[in-house]
Amino acid sequence: MAVTTANVATRKLLPGGARPTRNWREIRAAYGFISLWIIGFLVFTLGPMIASLVLSFTDYNAIDAPEGVGLANYRELVTDPKVAKSLGNTLIYAVLYVPSSMVVALLLAMVLNRVGRASGFFRTVFYLPVMTPTVAVGALFLLLLNGQEGLLNRTLRLIGITGPNWTTDTNWVKPGLVITMLWSLGGTVVIYLAALRQVPKDLYEAAEMDGANAWTKFRKVTVPMISGALFFTLIVQTISALQMFDQAYTMFFGAQQNSTYSNEAALFYVIYLFQQAFRFLHMGYASALAWLLFLIILIITAVQVRVSRRFVYYEGEKD
Amino acid sequence: MTITRRGLLAGSVGALALGATSACGGVSRSGNDTGSGDKGDTGSLSTQGFGKPDDVGQARIDAFKSAYPNVQLAINEGDFDPQQFLSAVASGNAPSLVYLNRDLVGSYAAQGAIQPLDDHLASAGIKTGDYREAAIKEVTIDGKVYGVPEFYNTRNILVNGKALQEAGLTLADVSTTDWNKLHTVATKLYKASGGGIARIGFDPKLPEFLPLWAKANGADLVNADGSPNLDDPRIIEALTYALSLINEQGGWSKFKAFRDTWDLFGAGNQFVKNQAGAFPWEGWYVNVLVQSSPKLDLQSVPFTDKQGSPISFENGSAWCLPKGAKNPAAAINWMKVMTSTDTWLKAGAARQATVEKNNSIFTGLFTANPSADDQIKAKYVKPGQTGFHKAIENYYASTGYAFAIPGSKAGSEIKAAWQDAVNRALAGQQKPDAAMKQAQADASKAFSAAK
Repeated sequence: MAVTTANVATRKLLPGGARPTRNWREIRAAYGFISLWIIGFLVFTLGPMIASLVLSFTDYNAIDAPEGVGLANYRELVTDPKVAKSLGNTLIYAVLYVPSSMVVALLLAMVLNRVGRASGFFRTVFYLPVMTPTVAVGALFLLLLNGQEGLLNRTLRLIGITGPNWTTDTNWVKPGLVITMLWSLGGTVVIYLAALRQVPKDLYEAAEMDGANAWTKFRKVTVPMISGALFFTLIVQTISALQMFDQAYTMFFGAQQNSTYSNEAALFYVIYLFQQAFRFLHMGYASALAWLLFLIILIITAVQVRVSRRFVYYEGEKD
Repeated sequence: MTITRRGLLAGSVGALALGATSACGGVSRSGNDTGSGDKGDTGSLSTQGFGKPDDVGQARIDAFKSAYPNVQLAINEGDFDPQQFLSAVASGNAPSLVYLNRDLVGSYAAQGAIQPLDDHLASAGIKTGDYREAAIKEVTIDGKVYGVPEFYNTRNILVNGKALQEAGLTLADVSTTDWNKLHTVATKLYKASGGGIARIGFDPKLPEFLPLWAKANGADLVNADGSPNLDDPRIIEALTYALSLINEQGGWSKFKAFRDTWDLFGAGNQFVKNQAGAFPWEGWYVNVLVQSSPKLDLQSVPFTDKQGSPISFENGSAWCLPKGAKNPAAAINWMKVMTSTDTWLKAGAARQATVEKNNSIFTGLFTANPSADDQIKAKYVKPGQTGFHKAIENYYASTGYAFAIPGSKAGSEIKAAWQDAVNRALAGQQKPDAAMKQAQADASKAFSAAK
């Protein structure tokens, strides 16, 4: 910021109103460095987005030329009961998953922050599930969560609890998926751990001198100081939850043994979108579905950003 | 308004929300060769959906290579992947051949993703009359043939002899003719353990075998013209009945969770572990059981309708010609060779070699070519008195009377509609009546919209 201000000041001080010289070589080099990204963005992101927007106003089966249908696909969105069903499933899942993932990841990060020398090892252990292919995770948890013989329910039985049928009872399918996803929290844990290590120790010492107990220190020092990281993961996890696909598809729609048993409790929005596009070849309608999700994510993110201004503290913004 | 197509397709649907789905498949390269002349005896030939060939598949590939040594084969060994296939067709890189389930043919034909074969078949001398009628019916849409059928899977009831003995029942008791009696039999074979299930007595195999239960009650899910008939009262009655069988055996949630624990392909399968009493199943499963548990007390009976006549439901795969397929003449040659009687006999010989190597039993090859089946059976299937031999005999018999769901231009949508309806009924989200009525409404809408 200071450099920019200095440049402006310098420009203003040029005698005779002469235009400031630009270092074109540096500008060209800068554009050269970012050109690959720009090309990638145009070709792989913006271009397909525009194409998708155009297709959303057409009847298109990926084989014949698209035919314009105006707003028909968007009108269909309103009357299609599966849109409401899948959207409801997705929102419920997001409400269950996002807070759970943040709480569990924060707890794990706080434990890791106290481990000391072995923290590197445990960090790796927690991060390993992130490296596991999502389809494999889905298949694995289909076994672990089995109501009769799954490891989770067998463990619960040891302490006298009869676990639910996580994969077949419609009331427990979404909590089961939340458990599945909590296994791959390594990325969030690492972010929180990095944030926790940035909290100045003198703040805790000052709080202790004021008589703060552990809970007060957590509430009044830790949470505010890592609120930037919490906010970032809130946004990312929300978007990720709203785009839930891999594990749910593998567990309830794609695996061979379940290929004919598609539990509607796990019909998430992107799965429905995928079915419309690639099972029924309704590419135009699927594009409209994609744009609706885009708008929903945009609105939710905007609300989160707006609300965050009251709660998020950035160290770099202080005077 | 018509918009230029190709530029719009690639990845556009997934651009906003489908980062995840992009991993589900990619466009296959089918090579640059545009094929040979009209004979189809040179050039390259690419396939999609054929999977990884076993001894039977490899023997037939070898037969084609031997007949057409100058055709370069490129077999994509993955199973059929709609995303991969459609991307390839839409981007102008269609494979020469696609191998898919016959119940998908109608929808792809209606969408123009695959081509009618009538002219090609006529010029290549392939007679549809040489194939089983039910299989041809599945791939015939609006009077045009869109695929050459290959395997032919029928269903019979497989029974666990040990469970039968424990329950004090005989094989004659396991019958779908008298639905009231079947309730009793299922309950006797069923065993609970603690809060869970120890043995399923009779598994009606929902949702996938609803067509069989509907037929047993005198109804078809799809009419001869391809239109849906899902809210027929007889179908609703059949679903209600099959559902009641499950509800009396722990209810769907426990039932499915227990069934998911079965080791279907292993030595510790559900029969060996005494976890299953009886269920209808496809013929190929006998081959699995004879290898994994050859000493099993397996018994079998035909599925029967309420009048006591044996019925069976068949399905299988077909070879189709994608839109824009390169080297179609070679593709038709492939279809002809792969499904000819001579080639099936070579496949039978290969299977027999495997059987001898494993000191096992030849459990039959069930194809859409009845002549080949008869000759293979006569040559390799040995008569015997074991349960396996009886089961093989029953499956051969069922090829003679099995029915198919007629091909429909909205086949995928109709199938999705009834399967989703059954799933809703199983999960208790809807009563069978409401579920099937909703399915009929959804399927009718799709059928009307299909071009």
